[in-house]
Parts: sequence; C-alpha cells; structure tokens
Amino acid sequence: MLNIGGLHQGVVIDHIPAGGAMRIYEYLNLEDLDASVAIIKNASSKKMGKKDIIKIEGPITIDLDTLGVLYPNITINIIEEDEIVEKRGLRLPERVTNIIRCKNPRCITSIEQELPHIFRLADPTTGAYRCIYCDQRFRMK
Amino acid sequence: MRHLITPLDLTVEETNDLLVLAEDISKDRFRYSSVAAGKKLATCFYEPSTRTRLSFEAAMLNLGGSVLGFSSADSSSAAKGESVADTIRVISCYADICAMRHPKEGAPLVAAMHSGIPVINAGDGGHNHPTQTLTDLLTIKALKGHLDGLTIGLCGDLKFGRTVHSLIHAMVRYPNVRFVLISPWELRIPGYIRKDVLDANHIEYKEVDVLEEVMPELDILYMTRVQRERFFNEEDYIRLKDSFILDAKKMRYAREDMLVLHPLPRVNEIATEVDADPRAAYFRQAQYGVYVRMALIIRLLGLEVPTC
Repeated sequence: MLNIGGLHQGVVIDHIPAGGAMRIYEYLNLEDLDASVAIIKNASSKKMGKKDIIKIEGPITIDLDTLGVLYPNITINIIEEDEIVEKRGLRLPERVTNIIRCKNPRCITSIEQELPHIFRLADPTTGAYRCIYCDQRFRMK
Repeated sequence: MRHLITPLDLTVEETNDLLVLAEDISKDRFRYSSVAAGKKLATCFYEPSTRTRLSFEAAMLNLGGSVLGFSSADSSSAAKGESVADTIRVISCYADICAMRHPKEGAPLVAAMHSGIPVINAGDGGHNHPTQTLTDLLTIKALKGHLDGLTIGLCGDLKFGRTVHSLIHAMVRYPNVRFVLISPWELRIPGYIRKDVLDANHIEYKEVDVLEEVMPELDILYMTRVQRERFFNEEDYIRLKDSFILDAKKMRYAREDMLVLHPLPRVNEIATEVDADPRAAYFRQAQYGVYVRMALIIRLLGLEVPTC
C-alpha cells in the first residue's frame, strides 16, 4: 500500500467515497491553499471497499462542516502535535450556495447563468434539500 | 417590505385579515376607490395571461391607482437578454408595486430578492400562483361563510394542476377539512403532496375515479381541466375524458348548497348548461379575484383603509 507520511498538524478528511476526493478538492478551493495537500485515491477500506482520503497540512481555517451535503458519511480528524485531537461530526447546513446545481429545466437558474444555485435543507432526517427558486428536490445518493 | 411569492408566505392570521378586508371591499368597493391614488402597479408579464393581468390591473384601477407594464417577453428588455434582477431594479424606480408572471419557476423570487418595491408572484410556470389560491379561499369564505369543516372535492388533473396543489397547502391550515381526490389513475395527486402535506397534517382524504358517486358528500367541487397531452395514448384520453366532465346530470347528485369552482379558463370540463345553476360559482370566483388582489395591494403597500 502507498504510504503517505503522518501529519504533525492539519486535517484528515477520511471515508470519502472512491472518486469523490477531487469534488471536495474543488469545493474547498484547495488549489488556492498554501499548504501541503495529499489526495489518496482508491485506498483499501474494510468498511467501504475503496475510499478516498485528503490530508491537509498546517492550521486550517476552512469551514469543513458543510462537506456533509456532498458526502454525509465522511469523517474529519483534526491533528495537532501528531495526535488526533478531535473527530468532527458533520452537520447539514440550513442553506448551501453553489454546491448543488439545480437540474430542473423549468427553473429560472436554467436561463440566468449568473444566479447562485441555492438549496435549503428541507428534511434533516433524510438530508433532502430543495432549490429555493423552484423547490426541486435534491438528495445525495 | 413584504412580497407574496408562495401562498404560504402569509400566516393564517394574515390570510384571514386579507380575506376579511377583501369581503369588505366586495360589499362596497367604491369606498376604496381612491385608496391607492398616486400609486402605480407594474404588471411585468413575461408570458401572456390576459385574465390574471387584467384582474391585477382592474384591482389597481378600482383603488384609484394607475398601471403600467408589458404583457410578453418579446415586448420587454428580456428579449435583449436583461436579467430579472436588473429589470426589477429598474421597475422599482418607476412603480410602487409589481405583479410578475414568468414562465420560469422562481423568477418572481429572484425579483423579490433584488427589488425596492413589493413583488407579487402572478404565476411562475407550473410552480406557484398565490393570488389564485387567495381567490379560491375568498370565494369559499364569502359564499360558505367559513373555511373550516369543509369536504372539498378536487377533480381532473391533480398531478400537474398547480392550483390544486396550492389550494391543498392552504386549506390544510384550517381545522376539520377533508379532501376527495377525483382523477384518472394517471393524473393522481403526486406522492409528495400525499405524504408531505396530507399525511403529515393528518388530513382525511380519499382517492376515487368516479365523480358521481362522491358528489353527495361535497361542500365544494373544484374542477380542473384534463388535458389531452397529459395522456400517453389517445385511447386512454377518450376513455377517461367524459368521466371528468361536469354536466347537469351529474349536478343532480350534488347537495343544494354545494359550490362549483374552477380557476378558468374552462374548455369542456364543465358543460355550459351548468352555468345557469346557482351552485356554479366560477364566474363569481373571477370577481372575487379582483377583490382579493385589491386587498393584497392595500396590505403590501401599507395603505390606509377608509373607515365606514
């Protein structure tokens, strides 16, 4: 198995479904981050078969909580002094902007490209979101 | 500043207040004839809808205000590619309140987010049409005297009919309301309305596909059009269409005080012979539509109501 060194300080985003790491990379704009970032794709996982992992080195100020909209089952480990000091549970934000795109061809966002795609949490138990403009339902499979 | 984008933007109390005001207007509309003097309504209609636009314009003119606007996207700056947000920013400089119809769902919400004046959704695609819902509520309230304890039959296209969905949303907020859903199997009410609205609010309802047998139970019969293009094949359409046409024969099964409502335009789903029946309320419904829009304009503009 590929070995990536441990972190002294930083964040490990674990249990990302295989193939999902780049989506998180883009969502968090990690290309703009002046820090070491390791993306591990298709790592073996007892639970998932295959998974992706992202390791980010250094102090992080990014809001990671909203990642739950993309992948509700990922885990976030905060590392300090080589130790996991926090395992963060994810929450579903009340409102997300430009994370989900509305695919309803009847929605105003289909003809006005500049409009932000905004979804509100409609049902916290199922994680269902609805477009604020047309009420189109979205739920991450 | 308030807008009206969905029927549920108004609380039950606000809705009731509006209906009381609209009923008062219906009794003596001339008392309100200068309430909006000096105010302007912009009707921004990106798709044609003569009935709704004229109803809004009649409402504003009845209040002593004036109207301006456009009645199709071709005759507006949308044809040049202007966004809804930019259009409403400009309209806000010209008028005091705006009624907007748009073929795309959510366009009036976008307008409200950028507007300097109250925006009323006059219909956004197949999504919301809150002033139609208010019209339906006022018609029922004015002619029945109350909104609670009613059995409401909804007949026709219950799958795609936005007026039906909005009416269900609005009526479940009143106690002891019961629904009878009458439609061909292909056009039954969508599952999410059944689950999220009816079941979630513990509302009693039943689904049937024969109109005559449930007629005696109904306080209100709300008719909608069964459209040919909703069916997969012509045979089904021909087989089913007559089951959902209201005629004098079917009216014999109805109670003496049942009301027939229809959002109009009607095509053939209510035979013209029913028009003379005193229970046919659909043309009075159009009149109540003007009154409720007058009340809405008064409330959204915060206008002073004349005392008796």
